[in-house]
Amino acid sequence: MSEVAELKGWTDGADAIVYQSCDACRYIWYFHRAFCPSCGDASPQTHRASGRGTVYAATVVRRAATPETKAHVPYAILLVDLAEGFRIMAHGNADLNLGDSIAIEFRPFAGLRTPYAVRAV
Amino acid sequence: MHDYGLTKEDMAEFAVLMRQHAMLHPGAQFRDPITVAEVLASREISSPLKLLDCCPVSDGGAAFIISRAPVSDHHVRVLGCGQAHLHQHVTAARSLSDVGAAVAMERARKKAGVDPRAIKYAGIYDSFTITLAILIEELGLAPRGGAAARVRNGDFGINGALPLNTHGGLLSYGHCGCGGAMAHLVETQLQMTGRAGVRQVRDASLALLHGDGGVMSSHISMFLERVR
Repeated sequence: MSEVAELKGWTDGADAIVYQSCDACRYIWYFHRAFCPSCGDASPQTHRASGRGTVYAATVVRRAATPETKAHVPYAILLVDLAEGFRIMAHGNADLNLGDSIAIEFRPFAGLRTPYAVRAV
Repeated sequence: MHDYGLTKEDMAEFAVLMRQHAMLHPGAQFRDPITVAEVLASREISSPLKLLDCCPVSDGGAAFIISRAPVSDHHVRVLGCGQAHLHQHVTAARSLSDVGAAVAMERARKKAGVDPRAIKYAGIYDSFTITLAILIEELGLAPRGGAAARVRNGDFGINGALPLNTHGGLLSYGHCGCGGAMAHLVETQLQMTGRAGVRQVRDASLALLHGDGGVMSSHISMFLERVR
């Protein structure tokens, strides 16, 4: 368990995307859980993702949802399919199109460091 | 849009249609006519959605009373309901055009024992124009990529083959939270019992209601039939 606890993602302050997988049914998922959301197995494995992926969906937000995000408008919100086989929501460059290859960096947004997609080189 | 070729102009058709219906409802929040060009010219909120692609934030409510005693010559029977909750966060959806609506409707259809092609009236959740397009197509009320063509053909109008959200929907009647979608049910009941006034459709004998909550994540379909 200590090994698992050391793998921290961006929601715990680390510049990393972590995900989980199930040895029993091979399901892969993003949001941290104590059990497999597909088969219920109680021993999911936690991994660090490469941060490489492709853009699945994209929008540019021009109306801030909250007062603290006003300074960021306009900003892009993307759904990104990561190479390991799961999907995340991320900020990113506004000129990215669907299907573009990206790499995830981490940038400040409304007091957090959040995933930010840039075009892969 | 990427998968099925839907355009901004296509989405605007739904905003115009909902406004046309709301113009006939004294309780609707927005009753001034709009055009496709005006929808496209309204300011962008989150691309590709413009202001007029989005439902308003509304004050209001809706209520209905379930009674054993009929309110008119006709009353309404619930034939069957079905639910599907396949994801919560949108990243966990299988795709943005396969969000669980069809699963909910199939479960409702099995309980109701009806042919969905026989539906005469539809009340479909319409938080944004794109929501309506996605749900209409996933529910099979139009072929993939074909929802806007049915709007242009007049099919979803009050005198069309499948009148849709004749009160003006969330987009123009208004969206006051849970009461927003309840207004779809109220309008459906009015239509089925012949009490929709100037908005009355010819035949609302079999209706499909579809509600969507969360982030395209919680789906409920219901078939209703009119009985004497």
